[in-house]
Amino acid sequence: MGTPTVDQVAEAMLELVTVTKGKKNLKAPDLKKAMFEKFGEENIDKKMCKLAIRQLIDGGQCIYSYFGGSYITLPPEEGEEG
Amino acid sequence: MEKKELKIPMLEELEKGPWPSFVTEMKKSADNPMAADTLRQLEQSYEDKISHWKHGGLVGVMGYGGGVIGRYSNLPEQFPEVAEFHTYRVNQPSGWFYNSDALRTLCDIWEKHGSGLTNMHGSTGDLIFLGSKTEAIEPCFKDLGEAGYDLGGSGSDVRTPSCCVGPGRCEWSCYDTLDACYDITQEFQDELHRPAFPYKFKFKFSGCPNDCVASIARSDMSVIGTWKDNIRIDQDEAKKYAKNGVDIQAEICDLCPTSCIDWNGSNISIDNSNCVKCMHCINVMPKALRPGTEGGATILVGAKAPIIGGALLATVFVPFLEMEAPYDDIKELAEAIWDFWGEYGKNRERVGEFIQRVGLATFMDEIGLEPVPEMIAHPRTNPYIFFGDDLDEDDE
Repeated sequence: MGTPTVDQVAEAMLELVTVTKGKKNLKAPDLKKAMFEKFGEENIDKKMCKLAIRQLIDGGQCIYSYFGGSYITLPPEEGEEG
Repeated sequence: MEKKELKIPMLEELEKGPWPSFVTEMKKSADNPMAADTLRQLEQSYEDKISHWKHGGLVGVMGYGGGVIGRYSNLPEQFPEVAEFHTYRVNQPSGWFYNSDALRTLCDIWEKHGSGLTNMHGSTGDLIFLGSKTEAIEPCFKDLGEAGYDLGGSGSDVRTPSCCVGPGRCEWSCYDTLDACYDITQEFQDELHRPAFPYKFKFKFSGCPNDCVASIARSDMSVIGTWKDNIRIDQDEAKKYAKNGVDIQAEICDLCPTSCIDWNGSNISIDNSNCVKCMHCINVMPKALRPGTEGGATILVGAKAPIIGGALLATVFVPFLEMEAPYDDIKELAEAIWDFWGEYGKNRERVGEFIQRVGLATFMDEIGLEPVPEMIAHPRTNPYIFFGDDLDEDDE
């Protein structure tokens, strides 16, 4: 697998957050580790992961939540309790 | 609308006596319905002997992962004005210096958007705004931004760095704590607002070993001012202390932890090579003794207050560092720690706890720091430090 773009990393992170919703809350380091595994350590670095998370948060696709620690989650759907 | 009566007899018991009362102060703000319901709910809590607050959840400003702490009443029908009662951490100015204009601006913003209740300052060091509804968060943040303020840290991020008043008001400051705190705050804005760590990480800057911000006990990276030359002595002032009744032998010399100070009845002498910079003699005779002029700081790592595990005091990592902007050494050390801790730290594990788990020697090795004798108080008291090269030479 070649070097992914920030968009691709963000997309992969979003997919992971979506499939783990309700099962496991993920922190930024968890997402980073998962991306290193998915794309390979030689193809990705922590700066790229940081940019991907920033893109997801600034774009409103994910939000930071606090449940005893800071997690990256999907925004609550209408009627869903925060 | 008819004003609801404020019946808080148990809280009012706390107004009795000569000491200041938070109840008295909060009652002054009770024209604000949120402040009034806060008092009513607290009265209910005293009645029920349990807190009626719950916290956490999804509140904050767009793009930030910290700075607003979600807080809700679990009796929202009974106390509707505090059904949502979120806390803001506002990044305080270095050393907590305000002029009256700044205070009025902050209070005006908070009366417009929230309960009007503040906590100046919280134990984190931030300026705390207590109690706003969710819908007020973004408008309040906008007004704060326009007035030149930003939110501080909360959650698993760099917490708002804090410092003592430093050279602004204290002649003992061995470096410019205000500048260092401001510089580090600006440098790590991303880490402050976007949580990316296993848990919180705190910087605290004290200008001298008196450590007025208690950094050695509370911060993951503690920067404590010290000096490497000699304590400055004014013998005439020392004589005045003695003349005015200070028993220099008993109150200073006998209490020196390394017995490095002597008083012969007319002069003080100090063996500076054995001084451990405890500040005791300087604190007792501030006119006669002062820190040296070659100032800098000792960097310690790993303290925490007892929240999840027990309390930890910090460990010396850099015995002496000249504290000149842009403080690259501190920044590099912090980033090296974050890389290793971020990779292997467990959820809600502070750096100090992580060091205990992996071992100090491993931790230092991974962050690229060589052990030096000045890191420890006494020879061979720390079983984690081995001088590998020396052992190898002996083996040969």
